[in-house]
Amino acid sequence: MSRRSLQEKLAILSDAAKYDASCASSGSTRRNSLDGKGLGSNEGSGICHAYAPDGRCISLLKILMTNFCIYDCSYCVNRVSSNVPRARFSVDEVVHLTIEFYRRNYIEGLFLSSGIIRSPDATMLDMVRIVRKLRDEENFRGYIHLKTIPDAAPELIEEAGRLADRLSINVELPTDQAVQTFAPEKKPQQIRKAMADIRTRKDSTTERTYRGRRAPRFAPAGQSTQMIIGADGSNDATVLGQSTRLYSSYKLKRVYYSAFSPIPDSSASLPLVKPPLKREHRLYQADWLLRFYGFDLQEITGVTPDGNLDLEIDPKLAWALQHRGLFPLDVNTASKEMLLRVPGFGVKTVKRIIAARRHRTLRYEDIARIGGAMKKARAFVTAGGWTPGALTDSAQLRAQFAPPPEQLSLL
Amino acid sequence: MTYTVEMPRIGTADAWRDAARSLVSNDVPPEQVQWTTHDAPPSLFGGSTALPAPRPISVPRSFLSMANSVVWHSDPTRFAQLYAFLWRLRQNPQRMQDRADVALASLRRMEKAVHRCQHKMKAFVRFRELPNGSAQRRNFAAWFEPTHHTVEPTAEFFRRRFADMNWLIATPDVTVQYADGQLDFTTGQPRPDLPPDASEELWITYYQNIFNPARLKISAMTSEMPKKYWRNLPEAASIPALIAGAERRATEMALAAPTLPRAHAAPAKAQVDSFASRWSGPVDQFEADLQNCTRCPLHCHATQAVPGEGPEDASVMLVGEQPGDHEDIAGRPFVGPAGQMLDRVMHDVGLDREEMYLTNAVKHFKYKPKGKRRVHQRPNSGEVTQCRWWLNAEIARVQPKLIVALGATAAEALTGNGKAITNRSGRVERHDGVPPVLITVHPSFLLRAPSPAARSEAEDVLRRDLGAVRSMIEAHK
Repeated sequence: MSRRSLQEKLAILSDAAKYDASCASSGSTRRNSLDGKGLGSNEGSGICHAYAPDGRCISLLKILMTNFCIYDCSYCVNRVSSNVPRARFSVDEVVHLTIEFYRRNYIEGLFLSSGIIRSPDATMLDMVRIVRKLRDEENFRGYIHLKTIPDAAPELIEEAGRLADRLSINVELPTDQAVQTFAPEKKPQQIRKAMADIRTRKDSTTERTYRGRRAPRFAPAGQSTQMIIGADGSNDATVLGQSTRLYSSYKLKRVYYSAFSPIPDSSASLPLVKPPLKREHRLYQADWLLRFYGFDLQEITGVTPDGNLDLEIDPKLAWALQHRGLFPLDVNTASKEMLLRVPGFGVKTVKRIIAARRHRTLRYEDIARIGGAMKKARAFVTAGGWTPGALTDSAQLRAQFAPPPEQLSLL
Repeated sequence: MTYTVEMPRIGTADAWRDAARSLVSNDVPPEQVQWTTHDAPPSLFGGSTALPAPRPISVPRSFLSMANSVVWHSDPTRFAQLYAFLWRLRQNPQRMQDRADVALASLRRMEKAVHRCQHKMKAFVRFRELPNGSAQRRNFAAWFEPTHHTVEPTAEFFRRRFADMNWLIATPDVTVQYADGQLDFTTGQPRPDLPPDASEELWITYYQNIFNPARLKISAMTSEMPKKYWRNLPEAASIPALIAGAERRATEMALAAPTLPRAHAAPAKAQVDSFASRWSGPVDQFEADLQNCTRCPLHCHATQAVPGEGPEDASVMLVGEQPGDHEDIAGRPFVGPAGQMLDRVMHDVGLDREEMYLTNAVKHFKYKPKGKRRVHQRPNSGEVTQCRWWLNAEIARVQPKLIVALGATAAEALTGNGKAITNRSGRVERHDGVPPVLITVHPSFLLRAPSPAARSEAEDVLRRDLGAVRSMIEAHK
C-alpha cells in the first residue's frame, strides 16, 4: 500500500468523523495564554468558526485517529466489514493539524475519536498520548473533546479526564435490544458503567483532600453522549425516555440525536432512506422542554397515540393545542411556570416579561418588543389591548401553523 | 447653550463615557447636545465645545455595560440615543429592567447587533502566516470586514488567545497589531496582500469532508454564516460546488450496495432454564454472570447489577431491598444515605459491618427519572422472584446462620410474604430451605418517616432488632 499524504489522510479521517453530531466547545473552565507561555484560551461560551452546507457548526477539528476498526456495528461506516478506504494519523500529525489550525483561528480545539484497533486499551492509550503531547509539550489551552472507549482501563480514563475538557461515550441506539442487534460487540451495561465511572470521578473532584487541597479537575465541560435516530424501530417516547434516564443518572451535559444518514457501503440489515432530519429537530425541541421548561415526558409524548412527536408542529404547540382549556393566559398575572408553556415564549422572554411587568401593564406590542414570537403566542395569551377571542378554540388553529398538505407528485 | 461633542474613531467608549458623565452631572439636557463622529460632516457650528467639569454621579452598572457595547454600533445616532436614555434613567434607575421601554429596546437591539458582530469576528477572522517570523515568535496577519466598529472591543479576545505570537488584523475601519505584548490600534487601511499559506489547503480539505451531503440545509448555514463574510473565508469558495454535488453524492451513498453480507448472527444467549432455583457455577464466574443478567427488564435501565459484599463465611447476612441511586453508580451495596443510616445504627448497637454479608433482594436499581434526579421505585413480585436466582446462590455460598430481612421486599424474597412488616418485626421466622430469617424495617424507612416522632419510633425498632442480632451472635460464640 502506498503511503498516503497528510491531506489524503485528513480527507479520509474527517469524512469518517462527520457522523458525530457534537461540536460543542462551551462550558469548560475559563483560561487564557496571557502569560505568553502557551497557546489558546477558553471563554466559557463556544465559538462556531464555520458552517458547512449541512447547516452544522464547525467548531472543532473533528477527526478520527484511525478508521480501522475491529468492531462490526452495522450503522457505522467504519465497521470491519465495510470497504471504505482506511488511514491512520500519527501522534505528531494530529498535534500538527490542531496547532496549525488553531493558530490560524480556524477552530476552538480538537474532537478526537477513533476506531478500535488492536484492543480498547491500546486505542485509548494512543488517543491519550496525542492529548498529552498537546497539553504538556505544546502547552495547548484550547478545547479538547475525547471520545472515550467504554472498556478502556480506568487509569487511562482518569488521565483522559484530566487532560480533556469533555469526555463522551456514545450509547449509540435507544434500546439495549437495538444495541445488541446492530452493534454486537458493544455492551449497553458496560457503556452505562463507564458513564457512571465518569460521573463518580467528576463528582469526587468537588471534595477536598484531608489537607484541604482541591482534587485535580476532571473533564470540566462534563460528559455527553449520542444516540442514532431512525436506524431501529424505536418511537420518540422510547428515545426521550432513554435520554431522561441518562440525564438523571449520569449528569450528562447533552444527549445528541443523530438522524441516521445513509452510509456508504452500508450493511443490508438497515434501511437506506433519507435521514429523518425533521424528527431529529423535534427531538431536540422536546429535549429542551424536558430540561428547561418543566415538562414531563408523559406530557410531551402523550399528545399523539403512537408515542411519536408531531412532525408538522413543534412539541410545545402540540401540547398547547391539546390543552386549550388552560389558555388564554394573562401575561400580566400568569405564573412563570405557565408562561413557559406558552408556544412562542422562550426562557429569556418569560424572564423579561416577569421583570417588565413590575413596571407597567404589558400590552401586545410590548411583548412583541420583548422578544415573544407573537404569531404563535397570540392565540394563547391576553395582554393590554389584546384578547384572542374565539381564536384559542378555533378549529383552524392547527392549520395556521402546520405546513399546507403537499400534493403528491405525479412523476 | 448647545454642546457639540466629537467622538474619536479609536477610544470611543472612554470618550463617550467621559463626555456623558460631565454633561449629565451638570444637568445638560439631551436637546442641548450634538454628537458627531469625525467622519460625519461637521455641524454648522463646527468643532467640539469645551465641556463642563464632571461631578460625581452614579449610574446603574447594567447601563454602563450596555453603553460599552452600543458605542461600537455603526448607527450615527447611537451616542444621542444613549445620552437621551441616560438622561431619563436619572429619574428612574429601575428603568433598566423594563424591556418594554421603546428607547431601551432600541439600545438593546444595537447592543445585540454589536455582540453578534464581535462574535462573528472571533469566529471568522482567518490568519495567514507571514514568512518573516522567528521560531520562537511567529507572525500572522488577517484581513477582515466587520459590520460595526468591533475591532477595538474584540482585540482583547485575540490577545488572550494568541499571546505567544505576533499578529495583525487589518480592516477598512481600524487595524490592530499585537507585537511584543502590546496592542496597537491605527485607523483603517486598504486590503493588504497576504502571502499564500499551506495550511489553508488542509483546512479547505477538512471543510469539504466534514460536510455530510445527505443532510443539506443551506438556510441553516447562511443564517449563521451570512454571505457578506464569505469573501474573506478561504473555505467558502468551495460551498457552491459542495451544494451542487450534494444530491449526487447522497444518491451515490445510498446506492452503494453492501459488498459483504453480515456474517454476524446475533446468537441470543439461551435463557436460563427456569426449573433451577439458583445460579450455580464456579464462584469467580458469579459476578460476571450477574452483570449479564437479563432475567427481568430492570437491567435495561440500571447502570450495573450490585452484588453482595462481605466475608464469605459470615454468620449473619443482611438483605435489603435493592440498590439505590448511589449504589447503582458505585456498584457496592449500602453506600448511600440508607447505608449510612444502617452503619450508624449498627455501630450504636455494637455490630461490625465488616463481619456481615450485605446484599439486596433485587440486584438492579429500579427508578423513574424526575427532572435531574432518579426516584426509587419498588420492585414488583415478578422482579423479586426472578432475582431470587441470585440471592439463593449467595445464601448457598455464604451459608449464614441468620438472615436479617430489612423491609418488606427482603421479607417477601426470603419468606414469600412481604405483608405487615411492622407487626412481624423482631420475630424470627423459619422456612424450609432457608436459614432462620429475622424481620425488621429497612433503614430507608427511617429516612422517609413523615414526622420526627415516627422516625424515632422506627429507629427504635431497627435498634432493638439489630441489638437482638448482636445478642444472638454473642450467645453463639
